Amino acid sequence: MSRSDVVVTGLGATTPLGGDVASTWDALLSGRSGVSALTQEWAGQLPVRIAAQLAVDPAAVLDRVKLRRLDRSEAIALIAAHQAWADAGLVDSGLDPERLGVSIGSGIGGAVTLLAQDDILEASGPRRVSPHTVPMLMPNGPAAWVGLELGAQAGVHSVASACATGAEAIALGLDMIRAGRADVVVAGGTEAVIHPLPIAGFASMRAMSTRNDEPERASRPWDKGRDGFVLGEGAGIVVLERAEHAAARGARVYARLAGSGITSDGFDIVQPHPEGAGAVRAIAKAIADADVAKSDIVHVNAHATSTPVGDLAEIKALHHALGDHPVLTATKSMSGHLLGAAGALESIATILAIRDSVVPPTINLDDPDDDLDLDVAANKARHLDIPAALNNSFGFGGHNVALVFTRV
Amino acid sequence: MTRDEITTGLAEILEEVAGVSPDDVAEGKSFTDDLDVDSLSMVEVVVAAEEKFGVKIPDNEVQNLKTVGDAVSYIEAQS
Repeated sequence: MSRSDVVVTGLGATTPLGGDVASTWDALLSGRSGVSALTQEWAGQLPVRIAAQLAVDPAAVLDRVKLRRLDRSEAIALIAAHQAWADAGLVDSGLDPERLGVSIGSGIGGAVTLLAQDDILEASGPRRVSPHTVPMLMPNGPAAWVGLELGAQAGVHSVASACATGAEAIALGLDMIRAGRADVVVAGGTEAVIHPLPIAGFASMRAMSTRNDEPERASRPWDKGRDGFVLGEGAGIVVLERAEHAAARGARVYARLAGSGITSDGFDIVQPHPEGAGAVRAIAKAIADADVAKSDIVHVNAHATSTPVGDLAEIKALHHALGDHPVLTATKSMSGHLLGAAGALESIATILAIRDSVVPPTINLDDPDDDLDLDVAANKARHLDIPAALNNSFGFGGHNVALVFTRV
Repeated sequence: MTRDEITTGLAEILEEVAGVSPDDVAEGKSFTDDLDVDSLSMVEVVVAAEEKFGVKIPDNEVQNLKTVGDAVSYIEAQS
């Protein structure tokens, strides 16, 4: 039996740039930053007082009682998943639930719920701790809620690989369909941890930008002045579908998910390998899996988080694994770093870049690093015919995930 | 506190916790069958009622509180 082709038939997102895919994509193409100052009282004590916060609060979309039992990461996963589901034309479609799977992960999970309930425990005692606490903080919560609301019965999975989570969840969805376990998989990532503790933790690692006076200029991948990533929150979800299944129901197809490559560094718990060795292998595996010519991969949505070391390790890896022809971009310059949702949002950007023949810009690239020797769509979008494109995601723990999307 | 006042207080809790319309709350209504209050929300209702009415509602009593009227009677007897 030949291997199933897998296509993308639906997209959904709620991000710092917009409450849906269309508004997010418009903002990305126009080079708008989603980063702003944190005005919450708790931010005053922190070394980092900027973040990329959701453009549309979940409370504007979901009703109050439902939100009481959802962690913010679960709420936005549900919002994005319902958008993707509708976008794919699957509402009331009669899809066999036993052929529907879910693969949605989070980098950190329900930490904000955990911390909020701990405050209640300390202040008021155990009886006041919400009975919804466990389903709100469990890391499989977002996937489980989406599976519940869409009626998925082919398996609900929640991978966790830090900032590679969203991409790895999509790669797992590809595997599920290829293995014959599902015809449709709702896949992606979600993250909502804009809270003093995670911020303090990342800041203690010296991983975050402290450009507090210029929020919109703080995320600046590959620029000489970069000083760390900017934390973002959001969810990105794609509907993956067996190509024959999509064709049989006349579904609109955005792109083909042609291949994936997953490796682990075995090098350091947080530092990327300086030569990007694990990334090189992930990219090479994805290209081989996709069975496309390197020369066809003319665009890369890079992981590029705006950290001094990581941005250049990826450049070396791309040189090595792909060559010097692709046009790169780092959409985190606008969205901030959505951690476990990053790979999903950036997959959506990669898919839409293919569809619209345009590479979104990398903003704030005013003074490129001397070691940046690849072509970047700096500061404005660039029209480009894109037969195939690569999306990279890397995570603390040494996780490397590369996805190849192609035009159909 | 009169039974009507307790019912009104429970209705406020049920609206806050479970989104139940106050118009639907009456002594004859079953929490699970009529008002759609699931087991986790019922825990929230009980804890909120303890606070609001200054009573203790032990877990082994909760299973006997099938209807709004059952809860009103229990709270009335305790307060």
